[in-house]
Amino acid sequence: MREWNLGKPTRQAYGETLAELGEEYPEIVVLDADLSKSTHTYIFGEKFPERFFNFGIAEANMVSAAAGLAASGKIPFCSSFACFMINKAFEQIRIGVAGSRLNVKFVASHGGISVGEDGFTQQSVEDIALMTTFPEFTIVVPADEFATKWTIRECVKHPEPVYIRTGRPRAPIIYDENTKFEWKGTKTLEKGEDVTIISYGLTLHMALDAHNKLLKKGIKSRVIDFYTIKPLDEETLLKASEETKGIVIIEEHLLNGGLGSMVARFLSDKNPCKIKTIGINDAYAESGKPDELFEKFGLTVENVVQKAEEIMSNGR
Amino acid sequence: MHKIEIQKIEKLQSIAKDIRKDVIRMTGEAGSGHPGGSLSCVEILVTLFFHIMRHDPANPEWKDRDRFLLSKGHGVPALYAVLAKCGYIDQNLLLTLRKFGSPLQGHPDKRFLPVLEASTGSLGQGLSIGVGMALAGKIDKKDHKVYVVIGDGESQEGQVWEAAMFCSFHKLDNLCAIMDYNKFQLDGAIKEILDIEPVVNKWKSFGWEVFEVNGHSFEELINAFEEAKKVKGKPQIIIAHTIKGKGVSFMEENNYFHGKAPTKEQKEEALRELGKDP
Ligand SMILES: Cc1ncc(C[n+]2csc(CCOP(=O)(O)OP(=O)(O)O)c2C)c(N)n1
Repeated sequence: MREWNLGKPTRQAYGETLAELGEEYPEIVVLDADLSKSTHTYIFGEKFPERFFNFGIAEANMVSAAAGLAASGKIPFCSSFACFMINKAFEQIRIGVAGSRLNVKFVASHGGISVGEDGFTQQSVEDIALMTTFPEFTIVVPADEFATKWTIRECVKHPEPVYIRTGRPRAPIIYDENTKFEWKGTKTLEKGEDVTIISYGLTLHMALDAHNKLLKKGIKSRVIDFYTIKPLDEETLLKASEETKGIVIIEEHLLNGGLGSMVARFLSDKNPCKIKTIGINDAYAESGKPDELFEKFGLTVENVVQKAEEIMSNGR
Repeated sequence: MHKIEIQKIEKLQSIAKDIRKDVIRMTGEAGSGHPGGSLSCVEILVTLFFHIMRHDPANPEWKDRDRFLLSKGHGVPALYAVLAKCGYIDQNLLLTLRKFGSPLQGHPDKRFLPVLEASTGSLGQGLSIGVGMALAGKIDKKDHKVYVVIGDGESQEGQVWEAAMFCSFHKLDNLCAIMDYNKFQLDGAIKEILDIEPVVNKWKSFGWEVFEVNGHSFEELINAFEEAKKVKGKPQIIIAHTIKGKGVSFMEENNYFHGKAPTKEQKEEALRELGKDP
């Protein structure tokens, strides 16, 4: 299997890019809730102290204040761990931000179970599900530092509410400085026509590993980075359902309400095909090394390969 | 003031020292965790579990036990060490902290360790869980008490003050909160991030009986807890002035150790300072 070079954690790439953007965009203000050293917003705070506000451990106040700032023409970036910002301030996001479709950028770190040792209270396995309930939010999960950098630079250009999930551990490098992405797009990394594998964030490299393993077995898979979860890239999904025998989706999220469930719903309406989903099945995770947790919850390359083979063998 | 026997105090001090050593060994072995805020609340926990609370390690589900909630869940290494010392959990488990499959999860997780009264780790919720337990005690006409340890940074959460208002309005005198006032939160000093002062006046104006003590003095803690037991018709809070990282010189008031475990060398140095086992 390919050895991946580990790059920066995506949360760090976020903090660094944000600090760069501060110069170009005087409207950017950054809000954090006593986790700026983890989310890396502290870098912006050191450079632009007059536009950085640490709200203390008070997520609801922070989120509603972001709404007020956005309503006053600022571009607030609001950060904390995904669990605390989204789950604690869910209703504040709903009314204050979604209710007025305000230009707030929520960038939350510690998405998924790759958080590791801290245990379930800090591991967000439901952020995507929760954020997709907000009408017209754009949801992006960049896979590595380069994708993150692009995402942060790009999102400022779009005056709309955005949710971006970043991760805790160092992220395998998939892209480079010059990779071209498209806002609200997805990226096809391998063009095979047998079976499709979809992923995003810190499991994307597993899809690529699975692709290589399948190649050795004579199966050509199509690998798509669904870095935009919402709006759903329907065209790409339709093509995959028409041109390949089926779709495997692997994600670091609950199966209920994750990308897999969105894809399954859309395609069962438009062009039913075989779909296999890999994710966390109705559970919270626990303490452990990220790899141990991935293994326990079935987020493995082997599992992707097996599901792809099941699709190829015309089984159910 | 109660007169407390010197032997009793010395006993508690010796337990506290053991707990500190456990915290260092556990976080050192885990390679992650929160030593600073674990070390600051050691005397508070030791006073409660070894002197104040009514509980029975042989009967953890005893209906009449006093309840203990560590609302600042990240300080849990101290709680695990205390639970082991009491005999609720096996001492050998301590070094499995934060490891895959261990009941000693990174934050208190009742699914893995049922002896915990609640799962905590998202700050701001423990006092409200305590409210529910205190209400149940009143409904059932029981006389056990609910103790809740909260952080000073944690006190920035609005929910803490929702609970504060509720407790006094409902005269929950069977609830006693303790604030581990170590003057730091994750990003830095409370005074620089979001000051909570004047905190004594805040609690008083919310209708609470307030005690202010040196949170590393067993005499002061015991006296405050004993006085708190006598209070009728009002919830009580003990504002315990503490030192983050207490007991290990290079960790004291060094917020680097809020969420960083000691390295192997730092662990050895800390243990040397705390005095190796005989
Ligand atoms: C709701 C919530 N927000 C953020 C965090 C992340 N966090 C863990 S510890 C901590 C600082 C806690 O400060 P304090 O209550 O003063 O505890 P101590 O200094 O005693 O460790 C933060 C922000 C959390 N656990 N819960």
